[in-house]
Amino acid sequence: MKNITEIENEIIEEFSFFDNWEEKYEYIIDFGKNLKPMDAAYKTDENKVAGCVSQVWLHSDYRDGRVTFEADSDAIITKGLVGLLVKVLSGQKPADVANAELAFIDKIGMKEHLSPTRSNGLVNMIKHMKRASAAYASISN
Amino acid sequence: MMFDAEKIRKDFPILDVHVNGKRLVYLDNAATTQKPKRVIDALVKYYSEENSNVHRGVHFLSDKATTLYENSRKTIAEFINAGKPEELIFVRGTTEAINLVASSYGEVSVGTGDEVIVSHLEHHSNIVPWQILCERKGASLKVIPVNDSGELDIEAYRKLLSSRTKIVAVNQISNSLGTVNPVREIIRQAHDAGAVVLIDGAQAVQHSNVDVRELDADFYAFSGHKMYGPTGIGILYGKEKLLDSMPPYQGGGDMIKNVSFEKTTYNELPYKFEAGTPDISGAIVLSEAVKYIKEIGIENIAGHERELLEYGTSKLSEIDGFRLVGNAKEKASVISFLLDGIHPYDTGAILDKTGIAVRTGLHCTEPLMKRFGIPGTVRASIAMYNTKEEIDALVNGVIKAKKMLS
Repeated sequence: MKNITEIENEIIEEFSFFDNWEEKYEYIIDFGKNLKPMDAAYKTDENKVAGCVSQVWLHSDYRDGRVTFEADSDAIITKGLVGLLVKVLSGQKPADVANAELAFIDKIGMKEHLSPTRSNGLVNMIKHMKRASAAYASISN
Repeated sequence: MMFDAEKIRKDFPILDVHVNGKRLVYLDNAATTQKPKRVIDALVKYYSEENSNVHRGVHFLSDKATTLYENSRKTIAEFINAGKPEELIFVRGTTEAINLVASSYGEVSVGTGDEVIVSHLEHHSNIVPWQILCERKGASLKVIPVNDSGELDIEAYRKLLSSRTKIVAVNQISNSLGTVNPVREIIRQAHDAGAVVLIDGAQAVQHSNVDVRELDADFYAFSGHKMYGPTGIGILYGKEKLLDSMPPYQGGGDMIKNVSFEKTTYNELPYKFEAGTPDISGAIVLSEAVKYIKEIGIENIAGHERELLEYGTSKLSEIDGFRLVGNAKEKASVISFLLDGIHPYDTGAILDKTGIAVRTGLHCTEPLMKRFGIPGTVRASIAMYNTKEEIDALVNGVIKAKKMLS
C-alpha cells in the first residue's frame, strides 16, 4: 500500500492539470458526490465533529496495525475535502497519521478551508483523526 | 444632496482591495462595516498628537484627551437623542452593554419566580446573558415567537407580559433576517406591565434614525464597528434614573469617589460604569464615524439601502431554487437565503472565490435557524457604499454557485 506522501503527491499531480479554481472546485464537488455514503449506523452524535457552518461525521477503526476512517459532511465541498483526507489517511499506520503534515491541502489550493474562521468542521476533523491515531499508536506500542 | 454611492466609495480605502484577483464586493456589513478614511485618520491623529489617559493628569495632553473623550460622548448622545451625555456609557460593544445590564440591573430587579422576555429573533448575545441571570436568580426566560416570515408575534408577546415580567430584551433590527421589529409598541406594552426594556440596536443605528427618547427605551445598546467606527467600542444608553439605581458592574480605577479598606464610595454617572482606562481612542474616533453618518444623512443612507435591498431581493428571486429566509413586511439591509438542495457553506465558498464577501452559517442565532429547520443561511448585508453593480455581481455569483453545485 502507498504511504501518505505518495498518495498526497498523486493528488497534487492530478490538480496540477487544472487551469483555474473552477476546475479544482468541480473536481472536489464531484469527488464529494461520488464518495461512498457513510454507513448510517456511524452517523451518531458521538461521531459528529462540531462546526458552526457545516458538519462532519467521522468514524475511525483500528485493525492489524492500521487505522481506517470513514467520513461524511452535510456540505458538498467539505465532503469532497473530507473524502480526500480519508483517501490519504485511511489504512495508514497510526503513528504516520498522527504525524502527517498534510501539505497537499495547501498545494492544491484548498488551504482556505482549513482556516479556523471557516468553522466547517474540517480542522476539528483532522484533530480528531490525529488524536484517535495517537491513541491507537500508544496501544500498539 | 443627491446620494452618490460611487463618491462615498472613494472615502473607504479598503474597497479598492482585490480578492482572488477580483475587486472586493463586500456584503458582510452586518458582521462589521468598513471604515471611512476620516475615521482611520482620526485614529492615527489620536495616537500621533493626542494620546494621554483621561480624567487623570493635570497636564495639557490629559486635558485634551479628556475633552475629546467627553465631546465624543456628547456627539453620540445627540445622535441618538439621549437626554444627557451622562446617560451614555462607553463599553466594548453591544455584547458588553447587554451583559452590564443583565448583571447590574438584573441583580437589583430580578428575583425568584420573575421573568425575562427575549424574542426568537435574538442574537446569542441577547439570549445568553439573560439565561445566566435567570439561572442565578431562579427566574425564567420567556420567548416571543416568530412567524414564518420572520416577524415577531406581537399578540403572543402581549400574552407573555405579566406582573412577573421584569425585563424585555429585543433587537430593533434582526441581524440574520433583517426584520425591523415594532420596538416602540414592544416598549409601550412592557411599560404598561411595569417592565423595563433593553433594545439591541446593533443593526439599527447605522440603517435608521434612532431616537431613544421618542422610543422611550430604558436601555439601548450598539457597537461602533457596525456603524463605520472602530472595533472594541460601543455604547450603552440607559435612563439616568435606572443607571443611578444600579450597582457598579466592574470595580477599578475611575469608577470610585473614595476608596478605603472599610468603605468605598462610587463615582457618579457615567464613570460609575467605566472602570479602568477605557478605549479612549475608540471612544473619540467613534464620534468621527457618527459625524460622517450625519453628514451623509441617515435618511439618505436608509433610502439607498432600501433600494438595493429591493433590487437584490427581486433579482435573486428570479433564480430557480432561490429561497429567501425572512420576508417580513418591514425589512432593512439583509438578504438571507438558501439555494434548494445546496448547503449554505458551499454557496458561500463559491461566492468567496468570485470575490464576494458574504456570511454563511447560523449568524449567532442558532434558535432561530432551528425554528426554520435550516442549517443556516447565506447572508448578504448592505451598507451605504454598496452599489447596484455589486448586487449584480452577487446575483451572477449565486447563479454560478448554483450551476457548479447542482
